[in-house]
Amino acid sequence: MSVDKDTVRRIAHLARIAIKEEQVEPMTGELNGILAWIEQLSEVDTDGVEPMTSVVEASLPLRKDEITDGGYPDKVTQNAPGAEDGFFTVPKVVE
Amino acid sequence: MTDLTKLSMAEMRDGLRAKTFTSAELTDAHITAMEGARELNAFVVETPEKARAMAAESDKHLAAGIPRGDLEGIPLGIKDLFCTEGVQTTAGSHILEGFTPPYESTITQNLWNDGAVMLGKLNMDEFAMGSSNETSYFGPVKNPWRATGSNFDFVPGGSSGGSAAAVSGFLAPGATGTDTGGSIRQPAAVTGIVGIKPTYGRCSRWGVVAFASSLDQAGPLTRTVRDSAIMLKSMAGHDAKDSTSLQVDVPDFEKALTGDIRGLRIGVPKEYRMDGMPEAIEKLWQQGIEWMKAAGAEIKEISLPHTKYALPAYYIVAPAEASSNLARYDGVKFGQRVEGDDITAMYENSRAAGFGHEVQRRVMIGTYVLSAGYYDAYYLKAQKVRTLIKQDFEKVWGEVDAILTPTTPTPAFGIGEKSSDPLEMYLNDIFTVTANMSGLPAISVPAGLSEDGLPLGLQIIGKALDEETVFRAGGVIEEAAQFTAQPSKWWS
Repeated sequence: MSVDKDTVRRIAHLARIAIKEEQVEPMTGELNGILAWIEQLSEVDTDGVEPMTSVVEASLPLRKDEITDGGYPDKVTQNAPGAEDGFFTVPKVVE
Repeated sequence: MTDLTKLSMAEMRDGLRAKTFTSAELTDAHITAMEGARELNAFVVETPEKARAMAAESDKHLAAGIPRGDLEGIPLGIKDLFCTEGVQTTAGSHILEGFTPPYESTITQNLWNDGAVMLGKLNMDEFAMGSSNETSYFGPVKNPWRATGSNFDFVPGGSSGGSAAAVSGFLAPGATGTDTGGSIRQPAAVTGIVGIKPTYGRCSRWGVVAFASSLDQAGPLTRTVRDSAIMLKSMAGHDAKDSTSLQVDVPDFEKALTGDIRGLRIGVPKEYRMDGMPEAIEKLWQQGIEWMKAAGAEIKEISLPHTKYALPAYYIVAPAEASSNLARYDGVKFGQRVEGDDITAMYENSRAAGFGHEVQRRVMIGTYVLSAGYYDAYYLKAQKVRTLIKQDFEKVWGEVDAILTPTTPTPAFGIGEKSSDPLEMYLNDIFTVTANMSGLPAISVPAGLSEDGLPLGLQIIGKALDEETVFRAGGVIEEAAQFTAQPSKWWS
């Protein structure tokens, strides 16, 4: 499988990365190089093989459903490019 | 007085306890070395004041004769992937420039609880994506090693390139690293030091900037096998804040270093014998086999048939997980923001400006392989191949106790030499990535020099949670190799 320039523009948008028009062609070439190399996996017979979900045999631990942390919005927002009154601020999203 | 920076961590521990020198003296010696080695670009942030304050605290504990742990008073470097409270943490990325975590990663907290002293934050490939430290926003790191009779700059490997350069250049006796596809072992090998990736789940990932969560594991880089055992013991342990952290006891890894491997069955996988492998690597591997035999181990040829598929499967799984993990860098919660006409444009502009080219490429690959219509063909297929790779190892554990391989297919390469072709760069991890794909512990130990005088490493892969055998066999290689070569100090 390979990608064309339109697909690269669509993936960039899905990935929320602005891509300049002059970058589309080189990126298409790079992605196709990697995808062509990955294609060798099709040689492997995986019929009836379970996809890996956990690399070590461990059961997911459970804990009590209780609040163990929090209550410091100032600390949470201290690194934000924009914050007010303990909230993150973003460009207006509703009119 | 002896040069304190040349001591091993174990010697530092003894000297501090015997009051031969203080942590303040030891720390000052390393601050001087760090400040005198800026040309290597190993550190992104130096924290000499914090180091001196931590050393003063350590000296109180040492004077009272009650050290908090094995690392009391010993200065360390921290890969910039570990969140450190009040100290900038960037993961080598512009998008996190200025990010100052209000919390401490579990691993670094474990080190401080045992009395370690922080020298600063170490350079790395951006978000740990790279094998040469050249993708760092803060510039490449120079390998302290140079080829015989040359003043050409080599890469220190990656992604833990700053860690490897700091330890091999005697700026720190040990440093933290992380290993997603080989990012501890490959830089350790090409800088002539020891590095171990423990079993997946040994070390908590809490507070470590995530790259590919099912593969990421932290571990130490040090100059001796014993020092790695000391440091890993401090780093490892169950942590309720990471649900993949294993609820198992941490053995005293140092006690495993008996030097006795009589009767140990060592596997040599035929699939690791690649076409075009440099003769020096081939010879080193054969030498390793001879050392093991001489120490009383039994050598068996084994087959791991899916080895060649580990790297292409990795380049589906790791970018897929990265594309999800890196979704959090959106210009809202931390780091850099670039405004746009609306919120989507703000996200897109922030990420375009904040991520470097390799990171963008991997996020794009990851987004594509997870996108509607392609998930089964790529991601599901790769996870099935991953099952087969793990099964390859499970099948041989009946016959062997550990596996011996080269760590890297080549010695260090020149800065800029491989950065134009991503696939050529990816092949650096060909011998290391299988241990990540199957969650197994693996160590790299310096074992010899190339024709040009550059260091080479051998790798021991062990069974899950059997770091003790990995350390023991690694210790035997270290003892047999007598790797005493050091880079000559050309930086000022």
